[in-house]
Amino acid sequence: MSRPRVAVLHAPGTNRDGEALVALEQAGAAAAIVPVGRDLHQFDAVVVPGGFSYGDALGAGTRLALELNEPLADFAAGGRPVLGICNGFQALVKAGLLPGCEGSAARRVTLAHNANGRFECRWVHLAVEPDCRAGLHGVLPSIIACPVAHGEGRIAVDRPEQADDLARRGHVLFRYVGADGLPANGRYPENPNGSAADIAGLCNKDGNVWGLMPHPEDHIVDAQDPYGRRGRLGLALFQALVDRARAN
Amino acid sequence: MVRAAHLIGVPVERCEVDRIYIVDRNPGEAALDRLLAAVADPVVEESRWRFADEAATTPAGTVEVGRLTGVTDAEGRELESLADRLGLGTLRAASATAYRFGPVPTPEQLERLTREVLANPTVDRWAFGPLPAAFGDPAATHGEVVEVVKIRDVPAERLEQISRERLLSLDRAEMAAIRAFFEDCGRDPTDAELETLAQTWSEHCLHKTFRARINLTWRHADGRVHSTETIDGLLATHLRAATDALAAPWVRSAFVDNAGIVAFDDEADLAIKVETHNHPSALEPFGGANTGVGGVVRDILGVSARPIACLDVLCFAPPDTPEASLPAGVLHPRRVAEGVVAGIGDYGNKLGLPTVAGAVLYDPGYLGNPLVYCGAVGLLPTGSHPRNPEPGDVVVVVGGRTGRDGIHGATFSSADLSAETGQMASSAVQIGEPITEKQVMELIDVARDEQLYTAITDCGAGGLSSAVGELASEVGVEVDLAEVPRKYPGLQPWEAWLSESQERMVLAVPPGQRLDRLLELAQELSVEATVLGRLTGDQQLVVNHGQLRIVDLPMDFLHGGCPRRELDAEWCEPVRPTDPAPALTEPADLSDGLLALLRHPDVASKESIIRTYDHEVRGGTLVRPWCGPGGDGPTDAAVCVPLGHWEAGKAFALAVGINPRLGRLDPYRMATAAVDEVFRNLVAVGADPGQVALLDNFCWGNPTLPDRLGSLVRASQGCHDAALAYRAPFVSGKDSLFNEFEGREIPGTLLITGLALVPDRNRVVTSAPAGAGLVIYLLGETRAELGGSLWADHLGWGGGDVPAPLDDPLSRYRAAHAAIAAGLVEAAHDPSEGGLGVALAELCLAGRLGLSVSAETNGLRTDEWLFAESLGRLLLVVRAEDTTALESALAGQPLARLGTTTDDGRLTIDLNGAPAVRLGIAELVKAWRREA
Repeated sequence: MSRPRVAVLHAPGTNRDGEALVALEQAGAAAAIVPVGRDLHQFDAVVVPGGFSYGDALGAGTRLALELNEPLADFAAGGRPVLGICNGFQALVKAGLLPGCEGSAARRVTLAHNANGRFECRWVHLAVEPDCRAGLHGVLPSIIACPVAHGEGRIAVDRPEQADDLARRGHVLFRYVGADGLPANGRYPENPNGSAADIAGLCNKDGNVWGLMPHPEDHIVDAQDPYGRRGRLGLALFQALVDRARAN
Repeated sequence: MVRAAHLIGVPVERCEVDRIYIVDRNPGEAALDRLLAAVADPVVEESRWRFADEAATTPAGTVEVGRLTGVTDAEGRELESLADRLGLGTLRAASATAYRFGPVPTPEQLERLTREVLANPTVDRWAFGPLPAAFGDPAATHGEVVEVVKIRDVPAERLEQISRERLLSLDRAEMAAIRAFFEDCGRDPTDAELETLAQTWSEHCLHKTFRARINLTWRHADGRVHSTETIDGLLATHLRAATDALAAPWVRSAFVDNAGIVAFDDEADLAIKVETHNHPSALEPFGGANTGVGGVVRDILGVSARPIACLDVLCFAPPDTPEASLPAGVLHPRRVAEGVVAGIGDYGNKLGLPTVAGAVLYDPGYLGNPLVYCGAVGLLPTGSHPRNPEPGDVVVVVGGRTGRDGIHGATFSSADLSAETGQMASSAVQIGEPITEKQVMELIDVARDEQLYTAITDCGAGGLSSAVGELASEVGVEVDLAEVPRKYPGLQPWEAWLSESQERMVLAVPPGQRLDRLLELAQELSVEATVLGRLTGDQQLVVNHGQLRIVDLPMDFLHGGCPRRELDAEWCEPVRPTDPAPALTEPADLSDGLLALLRHPDVASKESIIRTYDHEVRGGTLVRPWCGPGGDGPTDAAVCVPLGHWEAGKAFALAVGINPRLGRLDPYRMATAAVDEVFRNLVAVGADPGQVALLDNFCWGNPTLPDRLGSLVRASQGCHDAALAYRAPFVSGKDSLFNEFEGREIPGTLLITGLALVPDRNRVVTSAPAGAGLVIYLLGETRAELGGSLWADHLGWGGGDVPAPLDDPLSRYRAAHAAIAAGLVEAAHDPSEGGLGVALAELCLAGRLGLSVSAETNGLRTDEWLFAESLGRLLLVVRAEDTTALESALAGQPLARLGTTTDDGRLTIDLNGAPAVRLGIAELVKAWRREA
């Protein structure tokens, strides 16, 4: 399987599907935009891209979550990789696929309105968590730079200790850091939305469902980095996804 | 919310917000629990349901706000769809929001909070208790009625009265032409015919002023006549004439379509359009700006292009305008600005389009009549936009449903605003549904590639009446309005025909396979597509509603019957002081003056606005609305690479030029200055000045008043001359006239937008220099031109020369571009408002670097050297080892070495050997961010 087949799911209001497609192709996948609801069995991986699915009229990702819940749970159960970005991440969280912990199905993590109450677009820096079940530490560059563009991206937890519990159990995928790689420690704008424990992305217990608020698909060539740095490509995440799909 | 309350003097400390959904029937407790579980987020929200008729009270200090019936309620509709998806059957739903303030405000305070912060009576309803249930349907009238309007055998005064009463905005001569036509027909017009003519002949659609014959008298300030002139149409004589004279081979389409089209590369073209949505934004800032974006994006779809970027230029009254000075019926400019910015962000972000360029200006003259310019760029395969509708093709409307919203937008925009307009024209204001338009965008993209249609146009002002009339203007058409999908029952035929409901496009599609495929695609993309009728070939516009005929007009009368206007214009040079600018105390320290200019809202940081727009989506934004390590440096223009075009290395740049302050003194020079500003901005980011397409957007007062028209004519002449001097054709334009509030006109405001190509995306520069020891050059000359400058405004001085046009601007910009393209320039910046002083400070801010500058003023006063806004200048920042190469690349051009970048964190400017500015970066940043 030289070029894994990757579905980029599309619902009304999805809008970064084009960039995800380009990033996947560049990472070596045979990618296709696929309307939500289509049978996914022929695909080796799924990306749920950003946007405002169904206008996010009932809360970000709420409506899309209903559509994804069953088909993606089935898809991921076979170990095939799933990546949710921004609105896709919101939908995976609201569908209960992330953080996908053992035990009770009650939602313990959500994506709430940004701490400053506004939609915000800015470049951020991400560090992959060392003890993450996705096993991406050492696979990705030590810092990834890419933009966030969301109004509801703040990781909120049901109880104060939850963020530490998630990290201990290997569910934290990315955290926001400064351009120097040092922890944001909740500081704005390095942590752009007030997320608990600077969490920017999560993965499930099997390490094959990944989600993050920032947009790695918007950094696939060095020229996109506004700070003129090199080698902090978000493309690496798509390469990792394609490798995982290939290995599966 | 609390902050907004404080701004209007209501001392609340907290505000809790609840989402409310009201459903029209009880689907059972289990169903309600499922609905709640699906919409409420248990991690951050509590939720419950209750019966609306339960002893209904709310805690003190609560107000519930919902939409008026008939106004778009996307949340309500999505809840209906969710209920359906969950198998709970058909529900009607409406959304609302409850605001609970503490400590409890007085009833008067709560009323003010509601009216001035939370709700707008144009689109919202509210209750200081539970909001009564009401669902999408406005009061229905029963049975379709066609009214015949008696216009034959009535006196001329009656004709004008009919025009006023029906909001037709037609003048006596136009009404008389309509009467004469129907006298020949031997009948009176129907309501729909009269409305169709009013829409098609509106200033908005027909640009009557720009086509009129104009007699211009130009007077000196003392009243002596300078010259008189008759102009055979501004559009033909000035704008289109310049484009024709230049005959640029890369212009694919100018002025004939919904948007201008220019070549991008061997395979693709770029389409560009800038529109205004001023009057709707004055009344309902969010909805007005929201649908402004939606409208201009449909203009791009109307030339078969895939929208790829947006720009917005906004003009407001100053944010610190005293509440007490607001005329009745006027929203506070702060609220207008917040609503407009939110409306633009909401629509652009949800369409997935990056908002990459623009400007925000403040002037007391925009009180009551803000300006909202919305622009969009699209990409299409070269030659893929069809314009060959044939008899037999069917007329298909795609996208949103039709309601009673947005009726009379075209005619409403062609009338002055007054305190009552809000009430009168509330039907003209809408809230958009960007997701519907997003799906239409995707449908058109595929339909164009599969060549499924033969003609396309957008439903904008005038709704179906304008769109169908335009689509079939050379063929003839018969449509049946009974087929038009409605949001709710009860629309009269003329309402369905005139409604400007958003998110609709009209296509001509050959029947058979191509129609079947289009309908299939639409279904896949969840877009409603409906056949309304067919093109006939008989050159008639025929509109039926079932068996009822409501319009039967020949196309030639509809499109050619409007009498041409003849208008008088008078340009009288303003009376201006001849005294010199107020004396400076020598040695003049201009540090405080510079800080004052940086703090001016026109110059100050726009970061809080820019970041609410997604400027990254589609992944191609190379020069953003900000730059530098602080993430907030001002950039001159945007540079974007279309999605999937990384390999080719080519990009496009977008810039704007606008300065109403100059126009007050000299509208001609405002125009030449705006074109120059566009060029400076484009060249400063690395764009090629040899292929610049321009757009003109005139926002002026009532053109039937000679003084308003006089300055408009002068600006139009300036556009013509500048287009030729810069060899830059106009490819599209739009005028928005009647921008007056209670008889006071806005400052005549010309926006010039420029679209250029960046040959090599690796040779793009910004205004953020990196590192100390770089050399700063000034290209161009500074003259004693403080007239209309920000500095003169700051001094309260109305004198000085307005910046003069240059003799040969293009060769200078070509030389500068060649130097940038050769990689000789590290950073570049355009001195505009605030002159060199502000531009140098902005280099510091953007790079978070010190600058050390030393110059001779060559006979100019130091403040003239620092703050004059002379044209033709650029700051270029160069590595020390490249200075010789730069100087030889720019040989023959005025070029002065001003100083270097430093790592001392200070802006140091010495003029004629004496200190003129001494400021630390922290001080600059603080002033520029308007921090206390």
